[in-house]
Amino acid sequence: MEERKEILRVEDLHKSYGTNKVLQGISLNIKQGQTKVIIGPSGTGKSTLLTCVNYLNPPDKGRIWLEGEEIIYSEREINKIRQKKGFVFQQFNLFNHLTALGNVMVGLTEVLKKKKKEAREKAMYELERVGMADCAEQYPAELSGGQQQRVGIARALAMDPLLIMFDEPTSALDPELMGEVLDNMTKLALEGMTLLVVTHEMGFARAVADDIIFMENGRIVEEGPPEKLIMNPEKKRTIEFLQKITQLYGED
Amino acid sequence: MELITYWISILPELGNGVINTLIMTFLAVSMSAVLAVILAMGRMYGPRIISTLCKWYIEFFRGTPLLAQLFIIYYGLPSWGLNFSSFTSAVLAFGLNSGAYVAEYLRGAVQSIDKGQMTAGLAMGMTKFTAIRKIILPQALRFVIPPWSNDVIYTLKYTSIAFLVGAQELMSKAKIIASFNFRFIDTFVFVAIIYLILVLLLTLFFNWLERKLKIPGFEIKN
Amino acid sequence: MIEYLPGLFRGVIVTIKLGFSFFIFGFVVGNIIAIGQVYGNKFISLFCAGFAWVFRSLPALVILYLWYFGFNLSPFLAAVLALGLRTAAYQSQFFRGAIQSIARGQMTAARSLGMSKLRAVVKIIMPQMLRLSLPYISNEYAITIKDTSLAFAIGVVEILKEGRLIITVLHNPMDIFMIIAVIYLIITRGGTYLLSLLEKHYRIPGFEISN
Ligand SMILES: Nc1ncnc2c1ncn2[C@@H]1O[C@H](COP(=O)(O)OP(=O)(O)OP(=O)(O)O)[C@@H](O)[C@H]1O
Ligand SMILES: [Mg+2]
Repeated sequence: MEERKEILRVEDLHKSYGTNKVLQGISLNIKQGQTKVIIGPSGTGKSTLLTCVNYLNPPDKGRIWLEGEEIIYSEREINKIRQKKGFVFQQFNLFNHLTALGNVMVGLTEVLKKKKKEAREKAMYELERVGMADCAEQYPAELSGGQQQRVGIARALAMDPLLIMFDEPTSALDPELMGEVLDNMTKLALEGMTLLVVTHEMGFARAVADDIIFMENGRIVEEGPPEKLIMNPEKKRTIEFLQKITQLYGED
Repeated sequence: MELITYWISILPELGNGVINTLIMTFLAVSMSAVLAVILAMGRMYGPRIISTLCKWYIEFFRGTPLLAQLFIIYYGLPSWGLNFSSFTSAVLAFGLNSGAYVAEYLRGAVQSIDKGQMTAGLAMGMTKFTAIRKIILPQALRFVIPPWSNDVIYTLKYTSIAFLVGAQELMSKAKIIASFNFRFIDTFVFVAIIYLILVLLLTLFFNWLERKLKIPGFEIKN
Repeated sequence: MIEYLPGLFRGVIVTIKLGFSFFIFGFVVGNIIAIGQVYGNKFISLFCAGFAWVFRSLPALVILYLWYFGFNLSPFLAAVLALGLRTAAYQSQFFRGAIQSIARGQMTAARSLGMSKLRAVVKIIMPQMLRLSLPYISNEYAITIKDTSLAFAIGVVEILKEGRLIITVLHNPMDIFMIIAVIYLIITRGGTYLLSLLEKHYRIPGFEISN
């Protein structure tokens, strides 16, 4: 297999809230076009990990590289870095006062300083990609959860990021709406986008992930390709956790 | 240091003013509370003509400045043969004005009470009047405490305009002392501090009251 | 009586000019205070909260006198500053409430796109905040117009003062006061009506403070 470019590398990331040590030395890396899925019990620090990688929530300790270049934290630099990392939220977080189109455009016009016309074309293209072109003029409150999340994905995509991070993108959705979001994510993975996804949708993980990371208590317990981690895990905790989520979410 | 000595020297005189301010506020607030209940109930449950009259009253007193209302009572009413002292005029103006505002808060509170409450009362065989008195009002009055306490503080602050028709209270005393000593800023800074303390004390009192009257699980959600 | 109407009209103009000046002044300062209180560092936040508390707690008349006697300003300017800071304090609290009712995720999402904090406030938070606070602002506008009458106390010749001048000549206080009352009702009602149109125009489906 040819050696692919490394997009993101994280080394020994630590984060505490008071005495609560949420991240206790996380290291991981993602190569171009890879999809990594993070699973783990609630309160384990999965969301914290994603927000720390993006400095939305600065880590206490640890080093992060993007495309081989180490990120040196400063207010000015970090805005540039964030442009290159898309983020899709569990609660969608669409901007309430902007239409679907406006939500996708705002990053282009305000951050990347693109002309209105150019931004609109790009935004329409991204909305089409997620099958939301018909709803371009609708406001978030007029869209279903699944539709909102697809706009959220389009908003991240429009910035042409190096990778997109998803924090439980389907867990606020009714089961019948999950499919449309997961399908879009699968499509992105197949098109070669680099994805870092926190989810408990094991069907998605098995079909799409190059690697699954099992995290607990702020540490990575086990990491490996789906065949190994799901079918043949090494650690006792991994086995127990997988049993629990198959009970909880059913097989697929 | 000299300033503090000055403040101490004028404190007794200002203290008299404070007492008048508090009396004026208390009288106006009491009047307003009674008036507000009548206006709100009249507006919501009264026959058409009463309801309309209450609405106009509220519109008028909320739509025009308090100072204009005070002038109407003190300078205007005598031409209709109604003479009030400046102090009474002030109490009337503040009471009539605040009553209109509180009536609207009360109406809002009543409307936020579940319709089922009235229905349940009627279903038990209560008359509408009893249901209002025993079921709706006790709940509405609790809801109305936060906006009402704001209105009381408003009234306290607005009593300061009573001196524009010559009533004796904190502000008028201050004006006299300031002119006499020719120390406007020193005097009014002290007056400002006194008002801040009064407002703070009232706020603390209302917070305490609100906690005391709280019913578990029964609060306005917003 | 007709010959006195121009005087009343002059008073109306002063009232409107004064009301608009300090309302807009208060609007701008109120925005800054609210944003400082929510997004500023500890010191700025505390300062803004203190400012808002003091100017909400002081009687308008006391603030008027402090500006007027303290800084030797013209009555009109003193009135704009004094009443302006007061309405700023009130408006800041509506804005702050609105900001706090906007989900935290809005700021996070804006930052995740690479917006600076300032840009996120201006482009994402403020448009939502202004919409949410419009109903309160329209109420505050009515209060503002009524508060202009207090400038009377430091010698601004607004409508109430013009009215009193006419009364000293004509001795018909009730007629004049009723005319003045109607004028106030028109200015306050008219303004709130226009603001309600603005509210409708900028309304976003499904986006409002529900209570
Ligand atoms: N802003 C914060 N302040 C204090 N503690 C926090 C904060 N954010 C998260 N935590 C704590 O950090 C721990 C990890 O939270 P995190 O949201 O990262 O977990 P998670 O793995 O994403 O869980 P879930 O599956 O429920 O989303 C939790 O114990 C949480 O209480
Ligand atoms: Mg989480």
